[in-house]
Amino acid sequence: MRPDDRPVRIGIGGPVGSGKTALVAALCRALGAELELAVVTNDIYTDEDAEFLKRAGVLDPARITAVQTGCCPHTAIRDDISANLAAVEDLEARWKALDLVLVESGGDNLTATFSYGLVDHQVFVLDVAGGDKVPRKGGPGVTNADLLVINKTDLAPLVGADLGVMAGDAAVKRGERPVILCSLVDDPGAADVAGWVRAQLAR
Amino acid sequence: MNLLLLTDGRFPAGGHAHSGGIEAAVMAGRVTGVDTLAVFLAGRLTTAGRVAAALAAAAASGAHDLVELDAEAAARIPSPALRAASRTLGRQLLRTARSVLDAADLPDDLHHPVAMGVVCAATSGLGPADAARWAAYDAISGPASAAVRLLGLDPFRAWGVVAALMPEADAIAAGAAAGAARPLTHLPSCSAPLLDIGAEHHAASEVRLFAS
Amino acid sequence: MKARARVVAAGDGAGGTRLTTLRSEAPLVLRDTPGGLYLVGGAGGPLGGDDLAIEIEVGAGARLTIRTAAASIVLPGRPGDGPSNLHVDARVAAGGELRWLPGPVVAVQGCVHHVEMVVALEEGAALMWREEVVLGRHGEPPGSVRSRATVDVGGRPLLRHELALGPGHPGAASPAVTAGARAVGSVLLAGPEWATGAGSTVVGDRAVVLPLAGPGWQVLALADDAPALRRQLIAGIEAAARHTAGRAAP
Repeated sequence: MRPDDRPVRIGIGGPVGSGKTALVAALCRALGAELELAVVTNDIYTDEDAEFLKRAGVLDPARITAVQTGCCPHTAIRDDISANLAAVEDLEARWKALDLVLVESGGDNLTATFSYGLVDHQVFVLDVAGGDKVPRKGGPGVTNADLLVINKTDLAPLVGADLGVMAGDAAVKRGERPVILCSLVDDPGAADVAGWVRAQLAR
Repeated sequence: MNLLLLTDGRFPAGGHAHSGGIEAAVMAGRVTGVDTLAVFLAGRLTTAGRVAAALAAAAASGAHDLVELDAEAAARIPSPALRAASRTLGRQLLRTARSVLDAADLPDDLHHPVAMGVVCAATSGLGPADAARWAAYDAISGPASAAVRLLGLDPFRAWGVVAALMPEADAIAAGAAAGAARPLTHLPSCSAPLLDIGAEHHAASEVRLFAS
Repeated sequence: MKARARVVAAGDGAGGTRLTTLRSEAPLVLRDTPGGLYLVGGAGGPLGGDDLAIEIEVGAGARLTIRTAAASIVLPGRPGDGPSNLHVDARVAAGGELRWLPGPVVAVQGCVHHVEMVVALEEGAALMWREEVVLGRHGEPPGSVRSRATVDVGGRPLLRHELALGPGHPGAASPAVTAGARAVGSVLLAGPEWATGAGSTVVGDRAVVLPLAGPGWQVLALADDAPALRRQLIAGIEAAARHTAGRAAP
């Protein structure tokens, strides 16, 4: 468990294009008024995600730090967390009153998960356009993440994805662990995910 | 055994995100394959590697004031991008070492080679010669590994290049260890202009995989 | 040959500078001209076996610029003469300014040349220090040069910069070092006018201007020949001047 004297750290991981950055932006919008927030992004080969967040105007750019990962996004969040840890600690040192630090991983594959040396809780983000069989395939992210978000549900009819199958398969893999279906088109503030984040802070 | 522990590529001190200038050299078309990698590494070893080995050995010797030694390191890195990378790697190493080696009294902010020396000095059985070997090896192993990732090189051939440089790395480390207690201005300061120039281009580039 | 030269510049208290000491010894001849102080080479050289040393002292309020009349063509001596050595030792007092702007050093095939430069600046002293090395005369293979600059400000290290070029230094043509460029140069800008600023550091493909950890900038450039190198260095000085209050004109 985390020491009481520092902010909660939540990792947001998942495959390329599943909507991690958009979810982080949504959480910043939803929680920015009530919480002191900062974000670390792990871009693969640009600082595009950090730039997207800065341009989106959801957070003071000085509260966003980009980490480069040298071709290995999973290494930077799991096996060698030192660069991410340094980025998180720099933000915590600069913003003394932080409640929450979000660490967004670089887009990777279904096996990429965060080390609990870096984050206290982790969210794994899938999207329906990636195929409705993905939850059934499992993997450490789908199975063990503290929260599984199935994102872009508004696209389900367009890509022929069966949300019921996805949610059912996820439940089989995950047992008691929560799953949230989410559409940032229908709900730009990601209210359910923001609620889950609030609950983690209250623990 | 402690030197193997510290120099293990899986030791979590953040080195994997730095290319030692090879990404900039690849971007500029100066390194394109195993042959150009070989000469890149040879040049890097005799310049930046020699300086890093000397600084690491000097730090491990305990003969110098660390603040002065760190300033000598900074005066040997004209590129602000490379100074920042060296600083970052130094802090990450010290942070990891404090935790892994249970050495709470390690300083927290030094240039990378100086940090290597300080960590060796704080580790049982290690001294200036080990710090120098570590720094010399690190000067070529990091960029070799990055080159494999960037260029899709045959890893056996790329590491063959590294292996072929081991006698030279040994000689450089031995020289660094022998001079560890010399006055600081006598430490080598071999410049590699294209590492400095490349680092600034790299820092300004929008698309890059490595932090430096 | 062994030669020693020494110049001492003192402020006259009215904004001017006078040379209180000016000592030369062939082939190191210092000549005071209306356009500044010139180091006039003898008939070519330095030559293998030469042992040359210049001592420069700039007092408070004094301004001194030293140039050479032409490029220094460094030649090998007779077999057994050993390397040529040039030692430059400069001290600049607070409020003084030294501009060391020699022409390029051309390392001719077979030469082995060592340059040692030690510069001590008091806090508040100003410096513009240029170094240009050209590897070989046009169309000829080069000799070897090693130069080492040790610059302190107020007793603290500002720059430690050693270049080892030519066939005597394996690795010098490496893509990490020069990638075979024939002309390598730098300009160090230090002092209150050049107090570190920030800004773009890229001047060209092979030229950058680097804010140092201490109070100064280094312009660093590679080129194919001496004129192209000079253009890059000047562009770098101008870029640094845009980021600071420094004067660009070399």
